[in-house]
Amino acid sequence: MAQTETTQPPASAAPGPDQGGSRGVGALLARALQGNIRQYGMLLALALIVVLFQIWTDGTLLMPLNVTNLIQQNSYILILAIGMMIVIISGHIDLSVGSLAAFVGAAAAVMMVRHDVPWPLALVVALLIGAAAGAWQGFWIAYVGIPSFIVTLAGMLLFRGGTQILLQGQSVAPFPKGFQKISSGFLPEVGPHTNYHNLTLLLGLGVLVVAVLQEVRGRRQAAGYGIELLPTGFFLAKLGAIAAAVLVFTLLLASYHGFPVVLLILGALLVGFGYLMRNSILGRHTYAIGGNEPAAKLSGVKSKRVVFLAFVNMGVLAALAGMVFAARLNAGTPQAGINFELEAIAAAFIGGASASGGVGTVLGAVIGGLVLGVLNNGMSLVGVGTDYQQVIKGLVLLAAVGFDVYNKRKAGS
Amino acid sequence: MAGPVLEMRSISKSFPGVKALSDVNLSVAPGEVHAICGENGAGKSTLMKVLSGVHPHGSYEGEIRFEGEPCEFRDIRASERRGIVIIHQELALVPYLSIAENIFLGNEHARRGIISWHRTVTHATALLKRVGLHENPHTRVADIGVGKQQLVEIAKALAKEVKLLILDEPTAALNDEDSRKLLDLILELKAQGISCIIISHKLNEIARVADSVTILRDGRTIETIDVRADGISEDRIIRGMVGRDLEHRYPDRTPEIGEVALAVEDWTVHHPIDHQRKVVDRVSLHVRHGEIVGIAGLMGAGRTELAMSVFGRSYGRWAGGRVLLDGKEIRTRSVPEAIGHGLAYVTEDRKQLGLNLADSVSRNISLGALGKVARRGWIDEHEETRVAEGFRRSMNIKAPSVFAQTGKLSGGNQQKVVLSKWIFSGPEVLILDEPTRGIDVGAKAEIYTVIAGLAAQGRAVLVISSELPELLGMCDRIYTMAEGRLTGELDRADATQESLMRLMTVSAATENEQV
Repeated sequence: MAQTETTQPPASAAPGPDQGGSRGVGALLARALQGNIRQYGMLLALALIVVLFQIWTDGTLLMPLNVTNLIQQNSYILILAIGMMIVIISGHIDLSVGSLAAFVGAAAAVMMVRHDVPWPLALVVALLIGAAAGAWQGFWIAYVGIPSFIVTLAGMLLFRGGTQILLQGQSVAPFPKGFQKISSGFLPEVGPHTNYHNLTLLLGLGVLVVAVLQEVRGRRQAAGYGIELLPTGFFLAKLGAIAAAVLVFTLLLASYHGFPVVLLILGALLVGFGYLMRNSILGRHTYAIGGNEPAAKLSGVKSKRVVFLAFVNMGVLAALAGMVFAARLNAGTPQAGINFELEAIAAAFIGGASASGGVGTVLGAVIGGLVLGVLNNGMSLVGVGTDYQQVIKGLVLLAAVGFDVYNKRKAGS
Repeated sequence: MAGPVLEMRSISKSFPGVKALSDVNLSVAPGEVHAICGENGAGKSTLMKVLSGVHPHGSYEGEIRFEGEPCEFRDIRASERRGIVIIHQELALVPYLSIAENIFLGNEHARRGIISWHRTVTHATALLKRVGLHENPHTRVADIGVGKQQLVEIAKALAKEVKLLILDEPTAALNDEDSRKLLDLILELKAQGISCIIISHKLNEIARVADSVTILRDGRTIETIDVRADGISEDRIIRGMVGRDLEHRYPDRTPEIGEVALAVEDWTVHHPIDHQRKVVDRVSLHVRHGEIVGIAGLMGAGRTELAMSVFGRSYGRWAGGRVLLDGKEIRTRSVPEAIGHGLAYVTEDRKQLGLNLADSVSRNISLGALGKVARRGWIDEHEETRVAEGFRRSMNIKAPSVFAQTGKLSGGNQQKVVLSKWIFSGPEVLILDEPTRGIDVGAKAEIYTVIAGLAAQGRAVLVISSELPELLGMCDRIYTMAEGRLTGELDRADATQESLMRLMTVSAATENEQV
């Protein structure tokens, strides 16, 4: 590092980024998208895939029955993707979630079917088992310092073996009706008889109002901070798009059996963890550790504890996913959850996670999971074999991350 | 007498915003040991990178002639083919390969890609004998000490038929015994006709081995001393090394100095890996409220290590000493504890240790004290933004908004973000490690004003800096360190660049000789 202050005339200003810049709408839009380009990109890609398959399947994709199916089929992957995103943000990875989901599902099955444990109690115990398994792995990773790849690879074998021991190689079924509802249930019908499911309409309306209010509030705050805003026209278009999406989705659900219970769980997780990662000290510390761990430590962040908690949380979510999957299958089986970890990891990366940590959002993980889910569902509907489905999903993952790497290099950061 | 083996004429090299070398001349005679001296940042390493092709031909101005022929090196391999080999301060060995494998790395004895182990081992054995290292060539490099690793590096250089060996601070990490052996080896190689350039700031070492000394300052050649003709004069070298202009404008301040705020007593720290090595050795110092105290020292003096170790034992292994705040002993075993007691440490390495470059300005500023913008663990983003916006204005951080990515700001503005972060934590004692490294003059002046303002508020400020004029311009009192020990303490009135440099270049070896 050379410093030749005597030879340099005092520069009037540091060569920082330009503040005025071009005023074109395109540039403005580009700037507004900047940083979120991957997420907006994925949202666009998701919309594109939906439209494509909607045409391709002659409208089958967005039939009310199929939409409900899509949610129920992908719910457990989305639950895993939320936890996986947090683990990846902290700079780690978890390969054990598929096995852990199977193990917890098996444990719950044994409790309910063989020992007649009431299902709500079994559910709570199962979540605690998940937390304990997460704590076990988090301990080795955070406090002992074994790389997460190794610890969770071991966990993958450990929990898979444990599943087979618990079930002795057989499926255990059937479950109490109440338990099955976790995956296949719907919210109850209320009010007068219409052609639609009333409660679903109400919920949809609620979501619509909250979403629009949030957007307006965010825009007003941004204006208060003096940040460049999207032009009003674009903003209204964005609001319209959000409203349309929510309305269409609500009507689709309401014209079938209504609001699936599992969607309620997913929605709560999405909102809860989204808020946690964005607005809590714990969430902020997670980003800081993934972004630059030495700097975070020197800022007083207790990085070991944060990483430990990320894995405990992953354990609980893996347990929940295991319950949902078991409830859907109505059985605990030794083959449950195979390759779930890979789907969840792919969802997180498609949804904007960075391989080195510190970047990503919970919403992104859900979008990434939906991209995979719609691809799966759509390709099955048009009759693409599972062999080609895997090839295509692999390419999508590579393209999504490749696009991101290319973008970052272009931005020079 | 033959002409010089190496001639570098009018070498100039610029980096964006800084001129690292301007019109430097260097001439090395065949079979001589040529020392290069200069402060941190004087351009020594840059000059060697130009010579070895790290900075390729075309990226600098001037001419290099080796053995009378002009050279245009495109990369390190090109310079090595001519017999110029550089050994960097941080050794470039692969720890889990054997000594023999390391010696021939990139230069293997092989036919069609298949390594001949017989030739590798016999040749390695011969080279090890030549450098006086009695180790099995199959031993892993990780299993031998730093001193021996240095010898492996030299054996590696000899394997490349070296004609000019460049050693960058070769003894910085070595103990006295190993240093002596290494210097003997250099003299032996010289007897075998190998020329050598040695970068060092240990004047006793230079006196022992060098035939001539070139002094660099601020990227310029100050003079070349022929030791054989003129003898070696420490005064002359020190005078050449210092003497930077004092033309910076430092804020006028009338210090109001209060009671002792921070006192460190008998602080000793061992190296994190080599537990035998004392990186900081029984250091005691104190800072008063309202006082700005400097720590001067050259590379490897242990200043950063001292500061980081006091700040929550973030470096090395603590081996004794205590910290007192306002006269009471405090525990600073972890960073949260240190912050809790009102300590703040602004790192010298803002990119690696100071900032999360992927995150926004506001989130970086709040990270050290998130509790202040949160209620029960939940962050009030509005408040956080308001705080960051306040710092953006008061510190004059040039960013499009506080939501801008920190990695996209200039160095000076990044430094202001780091400073803001620690000021926001509300410390009583601030330790600033190279607070103006690598930033432009305008931003420097702004940072000086901020530091003066902190002291005026009654906070105690400890400044570590390699720029002596900066210390002389800012500080009320200056400590000097060398080789992990405190070697002096001067009041502002008594301190000059020469007196500081003399204390900074005291080495354990010279002191022992004087006793």
